[in-house]
Formats: sequence, structure tokens, C-alpha cells
Amino acid sequence: MSNSQFLTPAKAARGLGSAKSGTHHHIGQRVSAIALIFLVPWFLFSVINAVQGGEDAAIEWIAQPLPAILLILTAGATVYHMRLGMQVVIEDYIAKTGMRSALLILNSFACIALFAAIALSVLKLWIGAGA
Amino acid sequence: MSGSSGADARPLSPHLQVWRPHVTMAASITHRITGVALYFGTFLIAGWIIALATGADCYGAIEGILFSWVGSVILYLWAVAVLFHLVNGIRHLLWDGPNIGFDPGKASAVSVFNYAFAILGAAAIWFAAAGL
Repeated sequence: MSNSQFLTPAKAARGLGSAKSGTHHHIGQRVSAIALIFLVPWFLFSVINAVQGGEDAAIEWIAQPLPAILLILTAGATVYHMRLGMQVVIEDYIAKTGMRSALLILNSFACIALFAAIALSVLKLWIGAGA
Repeated sequence: MSGSSGADARPLSPHLQVWRPHVTMAASITHRITGVALYFGTFLIAGWIIALATGADCYGAIEGILFSWVGSVILYLWAVAVLFHLVNGIRHLLWDGPNIGFDPGKASAVSVFNYAFAILGAAAIWFAAAGL
């Protein structure tokens, strides 16, 4: 009689990695999605309007408080959402631990750097306009 | 994390080839592909705002790319990807939250709708923007 028939499913799952942070990831992905349902249509509509008038009109648009705030919120929700999404894609397709860890770190760095660059740009335009 | 250099001995989900192809499956794959595409697209769109803050020369160069033939194609595909990921994402939220739209007929119909919405919606935005 082999030992394996007395093993519980919990024993089979143990040692294969943490299962404790999945819920947080799942909820974070969906809450940022709900924010983006509102922010993305606003962004599309506003950017199309802003691009038409050339550089001066675009700067004038960002210099207003509401567009500036909504732009930073859109950037925040987008970057958070895309970082979580890319994390899952990397975890699904990259099996080698070293390469997977390197890409996960790169993903975090790239997303956070992107948010910093957008936020600084919006602030510069907003403050530069003397608001 | 096991710390080994090889692949972890985790269970695999069934490979794609064992399923009969259907439109809900296509929508699911497209959701992931558009998600990855939008990841890189966000860097491009962010380039517009960063160029605006950098100065007139930089913005002029970006504007030149945006309104070029290649830029227009990329922007149109970006709009399609945004609309598909948005509308299919709403469907995912309806699946996850109130458990709406799971029966096969409805799921297939919504998948077809999502493709049509993305392609026609992007075209509608295009003509609306051109008319401004």
C-alpha cells in the first residue's frame, strides 16, 4: 500500500508558493477597472479636443484644476491597473525564476517611473500657467 | 518562490488546442492581447503629455508623428484596443460581481458585440474628431 493515498490535497499544494496575496491583486485590478470606466471616456473626449487646437490650447486645457487633477487620477489608475495586468502575463508565460523576477521588477520600475513622469509633467504645466 | 533556476513544478492549465475554438475564447485572448498592447500604448500617449511639458520643439516633433500616416494608424489601433478592453472589461466585471451573462448564447453574443463596438466605435471617434 503506497503512502500517497493518505495524503490530503493541502499536503499536495504546500511548498508550491504563496496563495495569500491573490485576493488583494484581484480586488485591486477590479477597483482600478471601475475607476477607469469613468476616467478613460473622459480622457478620450478631452484629449481629442485638446489636440485639435495645437500646443497653446493643450497647455491651456491642462492648466485648469479639474483636467489636471483628473489627468493625474487617470494616470494613477491606469498605471496601477497595467502593472497588475502585466504582472499576471509575466507570471503566466515566464517559467524561469530568475527571468521572471527580473521582468516583475522591471515592470514595477517602469510603471512607477511612468507615473512620476506624467505627474511631474502635469504639475509643471499647471504651476507654469500660474494657477 | 522556490529559488531554483528552473521552472516551478506547478500544475498547468489545459493548453489552448484542447478546446473547440469559439468567440468567447477569442474575446478572452483579445482582452489579454489588447491589455499588453495598451501597456506599451500608455507609454506613447504619456509621451504626448511629457512632450507638452518639455517644450515647443519636443511637442512639435510629437505632433508631427501624431498627424503622420503611421501615427494615425497607430492611434486608430490604440482606440480600437482601448474600446475593446473597456467594453470587454465591463463584461468581466459583470461576470465577477453580479454573475450576469454566463449562459453560452449570451456570452457569445456579447463577445461579437464587443468586437463590433471596438471597431465601429473607434471609427465613430475618428470621424467625430475629424469633424471638430
